[in-house]
Amino acid sequence: MSSDTKTLTQLCAEVAAGTVTARSRVEMYLANIAQRDGAIHAFNEVHSDAARARADAIDADVAAGKNPGPLAGAVIAMKDNIVMREGRTTCSSKMLANYRSPFDATVVTRLYAAGAIVIGKTNLDEFAMGSSTENSAFGVTKNPWDLTRVAGGSSGGSAAAVAAKFCDAALGSDTGGSIRQPAALCGCVGFKPTYGRVSRYGLVAFGSSLDQIGPFARTIADATLVYDTLCGLDPHDSTCADMPVVTLADKVHLPLKQLRVGVPREYRSSDNAPSVAAVLEQAIVAARAMGAEIVDVDLPLTPLGISIYYVIAPAEASSNLARFDGIRYGHRATLAPGDDLETLYCKSRAEGFGPEVQRRIMLGTYVLSSGYYDAYYKRALQVRRLIKDEFDRAFTKCDVILGVTSPVPAFEIGGKKDPLSMYLCDVYTVNTNIAGIPGISFNGGFADEGGVKLPVGLQLQAPAFAEETLLRAASMFERALA
Amino acid sequence: MSHAELTTKEVLHVAKLSRLAIDGDAVEGMRTQLSTILGHIAQLQAVAVDGVEPMAHPLHIVNRLDADEPKPAMDVSDFLRNAPATEGRFLAVPKVLADGGDA
Repeated sequence: MSSDTKTLTQLCAEVAAGTVTARSRVEMYLANIAQRDGAIHAFNEVHSDAARARADAIDADVAAGKNPGPLAGAVIAMKDNIVMREGRTTCSSKMLANYRSPFDATVVTRLYAAGAIVIGKTNLDEFAMGSSTENSAFGVTKNPWDLTRVAGGSSGGSAAAVAAKFCDAALGSDTGGSIRQPAALCGCVGFKPTYGRVSRYGLVAFGSSLDQIGPFARTIADATLVYDTLCGLDPHDSTCADMPVVTLADKVHLPLKQLRVGVPREYRSSDNAPSVAAVLEQAIVAARAMGAEIVDVDLPLTPLGISIYYVIAPAEASSNLARFDGIRYGHRATLAPGDDLETLYCKSRAEGFGPEVQRRIMLGTYVLSSGYYDAYYKRALQVRRLIKDEFDRAFTKCDVILGVTSPVPAFEIGGKKDPLSMYLCDVYTVNTNIAGIPGISFNGGFADEGGVKLPVGLQLQAPAFAEETLLRAASMFERALA
Repeated sequence: MSHAELTTKEVLHVAKLSRLAIDGDAVEGMRTQLSTILGHIAQLQAVAVDGVEPMAHPLHIVNRLDADEPKPAMDVSDFLRNAPATEGRFLAVPKVLADGGDA
């Protein structure tokens, strides 16, 4: 069995048994990065020395008879909006270009405790605002399948790092699709757990009622193994759900009997690219072949998700990003003689934030401002409730909901200049966050775009906290479509 | 909602509320982009929402409160490591009160 066909569970067991060293695994990935990341730009920063030192410590533990944990020697890339003491945490923004966190995020602490190694920080759309990683202050991440195309976003660096084999797995954050959409465009697995499943302590906040951390990996089983180490209550995050945590890595391969797969007619939209629509139809055929029942469900409010999202997420962002004022950390503008504190705030923020971040702060401030609050913000929260009710009704008829992750495969860099056309790419992913339910994207097939083979992602969604059903169903599809 | 098309004055007002120094061509660019996005969002006005409870948060949980016990806090030097300007153990900022404004 070559290392490509081994599961991460097997690879970590080999490190824990001492038959493979963690150091050799780190060196393999560092060599891949040295060879290809100059062209792809998945990483903002590679932590070569720290990763080697940690690998050596894990190998020493193994030699001393200690078990480093279920992720022994697993090499993980970290989205650069998740704080670590090691290196910088920039959010791909000039605002935080030199920021060094005084603490580790809970997910980082948990990965370390499980024996994992963090190899570096990955590129993103500035403050996770975007669907292409073109909004990074430090340059675009290219799609490993075609370097003229985007990797998706906002976690484009994490998706590209997994697809290009720069790491075993990666973490990202998903506010409206930022894990699932880049996973779809890069042909890997991206999993957004239920809102509240994974601690967000140390995730730089964007939309606090929507944000969730989750894993990227090359298979469902690998993503599940990483997810197992992340979830559970955290005293540092008061929005973390106090729900029983079940280890799923040992169950994910078990098929579900009498699985009911809901396919909303709204997801078979004529707006889907033909190559993408074909992958969904093949998946429906595969589902029937594996014994699942296909159920028609209705989610008529689906197209309104973008409008709800672009009220709620900017509103929350305008509040969360108020902390970047040039006083305690982050960029501070040079002042002219006589400039006051107010001018310091306004100049520092205008210089530190890029255009998309400024646009969303302005939009959020507008919808929360006096005279517009009820018409925009309150109304969006009311329609949000209707979206959740619609999902609840659909889940009385089915166990999971199937669709495509993105209506289009990876598009050309610079191909979507108008902000609204970029926003509309997230039509199938935003409602997952609006309702707070879990969603996963995995490769469902390929599109031929002018002779270029591009991956197409399928998405499954499940009721809140039904991660076991979601991951086992996704694993069934993964096998059926392989 | 007939407010989808923003005026320049409104953009400058929102920029002030947002503490963003925006001027010149950027104002008109922001005005047209925000107007386009708000024009799209206006589709929410057609949804019947009478009597629907706003949903601010997906979880049915109550806030968790910590016991009121002292715990170690972040070291001041750790906190100040990222500060753009400091004076001793303090953050340095431009003068906040005008001359003669001392209490």
